[in-house]
Amino acid sequence: MVRVITTGTTAIATAVKHADVDVISAYPIRPYTGVMNELARMIADGELDAEYIVADSEHTQFEIAKHAAACGARVFTGSAGIGWAFAHEAIVVTPTDRVPVVAMVGNRALDDPGNFGVEHTDVLITRDLGWMMCWPENPQEAYDLTLMGYKIAENPKVLLPYVVCCDGNFITHVRFPVDLPDEELAREFLPPTPPPRSNVLHPDRPLSIAPHVDYYWGAEIRKQMDQAMKNAIEVTRKVHEEFNKIFGRGGPPFIEEINTKDADVAMIGVGGMAMPARAAVRELRQKGINIGYVKLRRFRPFATEEIREALRKFKVVAVLDNDFSFGSAHCGGIIFQEIRSALYDLSEKPIIVNYLIGLGGREITIDAMKSIGKEIYEISKTKEVKQLVKWVGIRE
Amino acid sequence: MSWEKIEIRTLKDVPKEEYYVAGHRTCQGCGPALACKFIAKAAGPRAICITATGCMYVANCSYNTTPWAIPWMHAQLGGIGSAVAGAAAAYKAMMRKGKIKKEEIHVIGLAGDGGAADIGLSAISGALLSGGDHLIITYDNESYANTGIQASSLTPWGAWTTFTPPGKMLRLGNVRVKKDLPKMIAAGHPNVRYVATASISFPFDLMTKIRKGLAVKGPAFIQIHTPCPKGWKFPPELTVRIGRLAVETGMWTLYEIEDGQFRLTFKPPKRKPVAEYIKLQGRFAHLREPDIRYIQEQVDAACKQLGID
Repeated sequence: MVRVITTGTTAIATAVKHADVDVISAYPIRPYTGVMNELARMIADGELDAEYIVADSEHTQFEIAKHAAACGARVFTGSAGIGWAFAHEAIVVTPTDRVPVVAMVGNRALDDPGNFGVEHTDVLITRDLGWMMCWPENPQEAYDLTLMGYKIAENPKVLLPYVVCCDGNFITHVRFPVDLPDEELAREFLPPTPPPRSNVLHPDRPLSIAPHVDYYWGAEIRKQMDQAMKNAIEVTRKVHEEFNKIFGRGGPPFIEEINTKDADVAMIGVGGMAMPARAAVRELRQKGINIGYVKLRRFRPFATEEIREALRKFKVVAVLDNDFSFGSAHCGGIIFQEIRSALYDLSEKPIIVNYLIGLGGREITIDAMKSIGKEIYEISKTKEVKQLVKWVGIRE
Repeated sequence: MSWEKIEIRTLKDVPKEEYYVAGHRTCQGCGPALACKFIAKAAGPRAICITATGCMYVANCSYNTTPWAIPWMHAQLGGIGSAVAGAAAAYKAMMRKGKIKKEEIHVIGLAGDGGAADIGLSAISGALLSGGDHLIITYDNESYANTGIQASSLTPWGAWTTFTPPGKMLRLGNVRVKKDLPKMIAAGHPNVRYVATASISFPFDLMTKIRKGLAVKGPAFIQIHTPCPKGWKFPPELTVRIGRLAVETGMWTLYEIEDGQFRLTFKPPKRKPVAEYIKLQGRFAHLREPDIRYIQEQVDAACKQLGID
């Protein structure tokens, strides 16, 4: 084990190296590109043995990854913002072909107007399509969740692609202390060759993958994916257990509760916003406001039971969305919709309000978090919601 | 090498085994289906074939009824270059790293004219440049036939399609000149050691070219002319005859570019008038004599340039 000070992209590149990936497809777009720069360097310096294909577009990147994985290779690719959108046709067919592609997204605001800032809507356009999605809080988690990703995706009960979603700039580019295990230990957790599966393209075992289908079988194929995603919940729990056992860290699989003991109210969000949230919660508690933060580590599969269990004890929950869903129910954010729906049929449930925050890459400050904390604490006293969905810090 | 020899000169050289068999539901007289049969026959059992969306996906492989006896997979309409690049890279890396047995696996990508010359052109170019060991084949039936006969960039001048219907104001139908895809591929990718054209009506020539394309180290590209009864509006029993007439009139030419050296692989002894080809097809029925003369002039000039005349 070594402790290094490094960025999210370099941490992920190291996990990819430790996974002994065979094929990498690259195309540049900020802020994810650093991971591909680092992998190219590793190959050039002989630290990693992999085929590295410089693609002509993001669509090509993801088609390459899908077909290489279909041939049994372990693969890595990635993108960001509008690049992820450009690749979307290939992204759609990766889960439907049931191949364990692992990718990274450096979350970035979609065009137009062009913007390098972080927004989560890029990857969330994929939320319904069968990709597993997780959000690390920092580069350490970026390493951990990437290595775990291969193990989860390649499990024969799952065989779905997996994307590690990193807040652009705040996690992709900012250096943090990261504990990197020795390669041997990493490979004890994740052997270089994926477990055998039946849908591998090889002349030894001729089979046709993804033939055209009609109403007669189409629904059953969709149902198999539904089951795979359900299976992924249990597989993810087990992989976390194993990871924790080998590395002595790794955290809980789906949600991490921060200062939630005896809390009346809580905020919930994904990714790096947990960092200002930790500070805000600490400061608010010093002022007598009993508040906690719930870090949603994985959005797909959505661990309905864990999330209901975690949130039902609060009087008010503020869902923090660094994304948007124009014209949706209450015109709220995407994660808000999902959490409200998950808690709907509980007999006793918190009031759930929504804050759209950090859009366009605006920094999510501790002060902004504290204001939200105070507001929801007030709601817990008055039981009165003046504004269900609020855009934080917007100039009128 | 997977075969005793590359050249197929007589019937005796043609393998008896079929790797593209019953189980498809293509139209009667389908030219592209014949191409699939010859490709699979020539390549043999140590090959995999990936097919982009198009007739040879939708009409070919229906759930539980695949005609492919070699491993087969679907790629997206614009994804054939990416698909073979990914597959070839996967085998190469896994063999080098000892994860799978070292052997020759032929990677074939099949796309229609729209999938290759339009939406998939960039990905094919990228794949050829990346230098993976794969063969990309275009079955050229000169339209988006699967979606109901729409013009592609390989639809010939003057052809009817549902996107280019001849009418009172626009008399000619398609007025775009057919893109010269193989020349474009050859000129733009000097690293590609084998580029060829072929026709389903010249199966020995076609199968030889498939093997040459597979045998060469690195990427190769072949465009096969595949008449389409439905899209070109001719009776299904004429498919092979029309394919032959295309070559005999000079509307389609058979050549290969091997390590940069251009060579005609068939030279019609005496070229027939293009009218013999055109008049058998309903898609050209609206053309008048001067239009056909114009096509004849264009073909004459092209044949002169290629050294056919």
